[in-house]
Amino acid sequence: MSRLKFLIPCLLPLLTLGCSGEASNSWNGHDITGVMPDLEFELTNQDGDRVTAEDYRGKIKLMFFGYTSCQHVCPVALSKLAEATRALGEQADQVEILFVAVDPKRDKPVLDEYVSHFKPELVGLTGTQEELKEVAKRYRVAFSYEKPRKDGFYIVNHSGAVFAFGPEGKSRLLIDDQAKASSITADLRRLLEQSKG
Amino acid sequence: MTLPSLLQQSIAFLEPYEFSPTVLLVCLGAAVLYQRGWRRAGGGRGQALMFWIGLVAMYAVLQTQFEYYAQHSFFMHRLQHLVLHHVAPFLIAVSAPAAILGAGLPTIVHRHVVTPMRRNRLLRFLYAAIQEPLVSGAIFVGLIYFWLIPSVHFYAMLNVPLYNTMNWGVAIEGLLFWWMIFNMRAPGNTDMRHYGYRLMVLFLVMLPQIALGAYIALSDHDLFGIYAACGRILPITPLMDQAIGGLLTWVPAAMMSVVGGLVLVYRWNTQSRGAETPLPPTLRCAR
Repeated sequence: MSRLKFLIPCLLPLLTLGCSGEASNSWNGHDITGVMPDLEFELTNQDGDRVTAEDYRGKIKLMFFGYTSCQHVCPVALSKLAEATRALGEQADQVEILFVAVDPKRDKPVLDEYVSHFKPELVGLTGTQEELKEVAKRYRVAFSYEKPRKDGFYIVNHSGAVFAFGPEGKSRLLIDDQAKASSITADLRRLLEQSKG
Repeated sequence: MTLPSLLQQSIAFLEPYEFSPTVLLVCLGAAVLYQRGWRRAGGGRGQALMFWIGLVAMYAVLQTQFEYYAQHSFFMHRLQHLVLHHVAPFLIAVSAPAAILGAGLPTIVHRHVVTPMRRNRLLRFLYAAIQEPLVSGAIFVGLIYFWLIPSVHFYAMLNVPLYNTMNWGVAIEGLLFWWMIFNMRAPGNTDMRHYGYRLMVLFLVMLPQIALGAYIALSDHDLFGIYAACGRILPITPLMDQAIGGLLTWVPAAMMSVVGGLVLVYRWNTQSRGAETPLPPTLRCAR
């Protein structure tokens, strides 16, 4: 019994450690706070204006790399992000979805129309090959073009992940393509709560 | 494809994807030391060839566009580690470069850096501990397992400092392990460490590598989701990428133990034959 008395105070801190560990794991996405660099880019938006990360300061940012001619992956992923944002209700305007289109040849002419199909409207971002590659490299993602088919259509290989950034541009979460809209909403709620405090 | 465009592409491939002054300096430093020492001490050509292939291979997988592929494809990543942890350190260590690199060092460095380091008891103890064959073998296999834990691998591929730690770690550890295998004397000891002991360690490290490689290669689901998240650049399915990566961890990595064993058996054989025939008197004096 005396040994037990001695053991309990020793083990208590471990117990609380276990609890705090669980708390930090309750994100649905992968916590990448401090793992990746802050949001930084210089690209052109769907209206043809030059924009930087500073322009979206104060909002939660969800960044996704894709291309407008993408038939399956991108529309599904982007509608999911839009749905997750809509579910926030009044707070939806505190979230910005940044769609980095990595196929400028085909994206530039249609980007404006493409992003207006989603509710809330996305921010479409494009640029020169160098500018896009720089952003991709910064977030350790890759994109590449496959050989064109006979009709000229070609597939672009790109990343499936969504990167979430805090209001100050700090990297917060990596959300993989398996995530459900409801779990993204839950993560967004938590990010918004934390940014208030 | 025309010749100039081919040339242009090759040069573009040789440009570093992420330039690292540290890698460049370390490789250049080793190259200069070796060349200086080789001229002074007069090393063999075969020996030099192995050293150079090892050094250039290490530089090439880190400081060319190869790195881009290694970041965005699991099997290319495994290939990079096969070179960094197995092939290149193997070649460097088997070329027995210590005497040549030592001869390349200026006397002043010998006097003020190398000699005090050799006399330092803590360093000697640490070196002897990590060069103990079983310890060294355990670290060798442990590192492979550690970086392939899916959650660890996930963050290692995203975080630049962690990624660099991983690559530097396996390269340095590879050098230490193969150095232990091929180095003739135990640290701080004039006796030869027995060949049989090192052969046994080579055999022991082979088994867990085969098990891990087979587990990854034959796995029916994607273990390392980070590559899908960040984009695979080669037109290859996730499971195919993983299967090739697993095979690279399984077969060639384990084969390096067999090749290392053959080298040891050959050296053991020549050495014991040399011991049977007495040395001519002049050579005996020289020793």
